[in-house]
Amino acid sequence: MNLQEAKFEYLLRLGDSSLIIGHRLSEWCGHGPILEEDIALINIALDFVGNASALLTYAAQVEGKGRTEDDLAYLRSEREYRNLLLTEQPNGDYAVTIARQFLYDVYTFFLYEELKTSKDETIAAIAVKSHKEITYHLRHTTEWMYRLGDGTEESHKRMQTALNDLWMYTPDLFDMNEVDAILINEGIAVDLNKVKEAWEKRVREVISEAKLEIPAANIKQKGSREGRHSEHLGFLLAEMQYIPRSYPNANW
Amino acid sequence: MALHTKDQIFNLLSEIPDPEIPVINIIELGILQDVKWDGSLCTIVITPTYSGCPAMKVIEDDIKIKLKEIGITNVKIELVYSPAWTTDWISDAAKEKLRAYGIAPPDHSSIDKGVLMGKSRELKCPQCGSKNTEMISQFGSTACKALYRCLDCKEPFDYFKCI
Repeated sequence: MNLQEAKFEYLLRLGDSSLIIGHRLSEWCGHGPILEEDIALINIALDFVGNASALLTYAAQVEGKGRTEDDLAYLRSEREYRNLLLTEQPNGDYAVTIARQFLYDVYTFFLYEELKTSKDETIAAIAVKSHKEITYHLRHTTEWMYRLGDGTEESHKRMQTALNDLWMYTPDLFDMNEVDAILINEGIAVDLNKVKEAWEKRVREVISEAKLEIPAANIKQKGSREGRHSEHLGFLLAEMQYIPRSYPNANW
Repeated sequence: MALHTKDQIFNLLSEIPDPEIPVINIIELGILQDVKWDGSLCTIVITPTYSGCPAMKVIEDDIKIKLKEIGITNVKIELVYSPAWTTDWISDAAKEKLRAYGIAPPDHSSIDKGVLMGKSRELKCPQCGSKNTEMISQFGSTACKALYRCLDCKEPFDYFKCI
């Protein structure tokens, strides 16, 4: 694998994760538990999709085969997608959505903090911009972790169940392969062991302050780096890609 | 062959209001960054406030329409992310326009680290000036605004978040 291929792969990971979690959040549009939350989730979804657009535009440019951001988003199947397993998990009840977003927001908060000093100027510029937005996302989900975890008996139970169910997808966040080795060597990518340390510390703090328990790590799911996904991604793509697949090159 | 100077084009484009906040224009908001001429090609450099701001597409169209009015049709819009947009670029005069429009302007420089710890700020109501206000939601009618309410005059209001 050469540097260009590694960079393309890395940009897909970042861009796909933003696109898929952004799409998941957009499914809440009109269904939020209260108006303010409906608005909040859709604002956050927009940030993610905007970030995905920047990253996939750059990915297409790095690849240099004439594809566009739309080709990458709409014309790849699940095995070609590199988003994290966590990002494709269904919304469930509000506790599930908050747990998923919280685990991911802490991750991107520390990941993008490091990417700000990437030697790739475009990645660094996108990271500086996105990190400002991520700070707001993290504040929002942290508050909901406290509210639901340290709320009623019912909300506590649901929040704990959500964390327990999603925990097995967290090792996937820190999985590294040849792509990482090549890009860390060039000062472009981030050593995820460093992110993991900061992530674990912050996640443990908030879980404990929210009167919740760290789930047992019995099962460890990985595979997103090789395009091995949970069954949920195919359904998501079927919906997201329906129009461009049915009406190729449609414009409006 | 630059028929129009950068200043002239900036002047013309200052007539374009932000689609969501029509009291300030795209220069006051800091979206318009630069104008470059390469032969007859006019490149307009803009930066988004938020990564996914849906107003960007409208702004791009508005710029093209405006330039067409003075005969410039060979236009390229270049979207840049660096330097990252910040509310620090909004001038004091533009902040006053926001306040008069009912939006509490960003009240401090750059991002507040307290944001991580969940501290909300003490803000002045743009309607009655009272500081007895509270945050309802960090996310308001657009990505760049939070929703507050005044506990004295009871009016809800938007706050332009600092980023």
